Amino acid sequence: MTRPVLLTGGRVLDPSQQMDSVADVLLVDDTVAAIGRDIGRPDDAQTVDCAGLIVSPGFIDVHCHLREPGRADVETIASGARAAAAGGFTAVCAMPNTDPVIDNPAAVGFVVRQGLRAGAARVYPIGAISVGQRGEALAEFGEMVDAGAIGVSDDGKPVVSAQLMRTALEYARTFQIPVIDHCEEPTLAAGGAMNEGIVSARLGLKGIPDEAEEIMAIRDILLARLTRGHVHLAHMSTKGSVELIRWGKDRGINVTAEVCPHHLSLTEEAVEGYDTNAKMNPPLRTAEDVETLRQAVRDGTIDLVATDHAPHHYDEKEREFQNAPNGIVGLETALSVVVDSLVVPGHIDFGTLVDRMSCSPARLFGLPGGTLRVGSPADVTVFDPARRWTVDPDLFLSKGRNTPYAGMTLTGRTICTVVAGQVVYTLN
Amino acid sequence: MTAAAPLGKDLLGLEPLSGEQISLILDTAEPFKEISERAIKKVPTLRGSTVVNLFFENSTRTRISFEFAEKRLSADTVNVSSSGSSVSKGETLVDTARNLEAMRIDMVVIRHGSSGAAKFLAGRIESNVINAGDGMHEHPTQGLLDLLTLRDHFKRIEGLRVCICGDVLHSRVARSNIWGLRKLGAEVAVCGPRSLMPNAIDEMGVTVFSRIEEAIEWADALNILRLQLERMTAGYIPSLREYNRVFGVTRERLERAPRDVLILHPGPMNRGVEIDSDVADGPHSVILPQVTNGVAVRMAVLYLLSGGRPELAESAKAGKGGA
Repeated sequence: MTRPVLLTGGRVLDPSQQMDSVADVLLVDDTVAAIGRDIGRPDDAQTVDCAGLIVSPGFIDVHCHLREPGRADVETIASGARAAAAGGFTAVCAMPNTDPVIDNPAAVGFVVRQGLRAGAARVYPIGAISVGQRGEALAEFGEMVDAGAIGVSDDGKPVVSAQLMRTALEYARTFQIPVIDHCEEPTLAAGGAMNEGIVSARLGLKGIPDEAEEIMAIRDILLARLTRGHVHLAHMSTKGSVELIRWGKDRGINVTAEVCPHHLSLTEEAVEGYDTNAKMNPPLRTAEDVETLRQAVRDGTIDLVATDHAPHHYDEKEREFQNAPNGIVGLETALSVVVDSLVVPGHIDFGTLVDRMSCSPARLFGLPGGTLRVGSPADVTVFDPARRWTVDPDLFLSKGRNTPYAGMTLTGRTICTVVAGQVVYTLN
Repeated sequence: MTAAAPLGKDLLGLEPLSGEQISLILDTAEPFKEISERAIKKVPTLRGSTVVNLFFENSTRTRISFEFAEKRLSADTVNVSSSGSSVSKGETLVDTARNLEAMRIDMVVIRHGSSGAAKFLAGRIESNVINAGDGMHEHPTQGLLDLLTLRDHFKRIEGLRVCICGDVLHSRVARSNIWGLRKLGAEVAVCGPRSLMPNAIDEMGVTVFSRIEEAIEWADALNILRLQLERMTAGYIPSLREYNRVFGVTRERLERAPRDVLILHPGPMNRGVEIDSDVADGPHSVILPQVTNGVAVRMAVLYLLSGGRPELAESAKAGKGGA
């Protein structure tokens, strides 16, 4: 048995039970044992002073790339899980586009085991939709779910065949798992390196139009209507996608969607100067898209925030823009970027932030956590909502350093992360 | 802008330059024109400087033009092309550049297939970097020689109506021309199939003509871009034959113009596709003067980046001053 953990005097913010009050939280073994003002203090308890801090159900990232197996030089499941904990995430979902692809129960089991060994944030594998992510034959959803997969995705690539997507949505219903799609019409997006618009025209870079995302988003929404399956649209980036998701939700279609912190904070202007740390897929869009996405997080059209954490070796980013790989690391900056782009300007309050980063992902993906109800898993994030800090990638626990936020001063910082009743991260 | 570095460290494009800086380069090119007309085409201005011509894409006229410009200024030059060098062994651009710099060079002229490659290099080495064409981004010395050729002919740029014809989408020449012409006060239009225009072309401060007849009626000068054969195989246009029928600059079309229209082309030409032979070789073509001006403009750029003071260009010509 581990020592109980007592989080004292924090502002306990848990939208899952409409809780927002100063209280102590007692975690015994791996569950929440008590919340209140006079809940006592077990003699052997490890006490964390949370005065002035927010205590919330642990954040859950449904979309990250931990690169293992295949690219352990860039990230391992262990380093990724530690980076996640440092960012306040008590659980992350690892995308299957590794080498080899996570498309079978043995591979899923490997991710589960590496996650347990890491002893940091929980790691839930996402299995591939198709064998080898080749977009042809359906992978064995059932066996992967038995081994620990919590959803399926060919992320990194779109599911090009509408028929395969239809079948995946139908087949996934048996196991009640979401089918997560990377929405990108491949012929429209081919060769694209950034958003299509005036900046791409000026820089002489091939652009990716909004429509490449939106055509696939509406296709998936229509297929979800047809199949009554649960489609989850990854990393939405355009105003048009928000309108299409709203259209689907208004009709009761089972569509959910995520947005990444960078799409809430940066625009295509960040590509000026050919900064490869501003290169990601989907690309950074326009100020109007950013504004629409912020509103969509507020009104719930976008259900949750996910990082799309994508570490790369610095050599791979240190090259000509069009040849650099897509993606940035996000686990250790996500909270702060969301605070600065949504909470500080007044779009949402901290309760909504906790909902979009914890409660909503747990609920929609059927994961443990996302609540501090007595008896639930003792997965807790303690963060300072006002702490200002300057991003120094050399201090990341992730092996990746590829971030456009280097040198920026951001607001909000994880102070302490508890997973299954154990403190797995403390700042400094 | 200091007297020692009127253009800054590098020439990466015309978009970052002011109209004054562009005019300075054109003015500085004037005295250099005459050097190439001498029997002994050489002045000692860049004696002792080492210039590397780093060409990752095939090029004939731009590379030779730079080489002549460097040699006529007495620089020591080395040519590196992607085939037959460490580049073809998989060396990265930044490693290639750092190794060259370790040999203590002064300037790099770079041609590269990726937009932003010149900027990338400039940020990582201390030598002056001159962009000799980067992907679909800019080809500033081509833009400058086009400007010089227009100025030679019309004695002014301001108020001129110049239409850039053809594949604007993929053209670095088009972008450098648009920025350079606009900064010097010209009116700029583009003409070509919409499938070969950036979708955001209307935001670039230019008029867009769908029909070549309208462009010819409007323009004082046409700058006719080369149509790459691969645009057809990639499906941007159905055929070269149709392209010539709809967008080709032909003598018949020019004869219907209300005024003589000056004809520029950055080369190499596809005769019978974007431009007919009797136009290319006709009385209003300045295609060869463009090539001649290319050497003078590049001498001016080399001179100004190496720290040459504009007012000394005349004496540099006489073999007295310079860097």
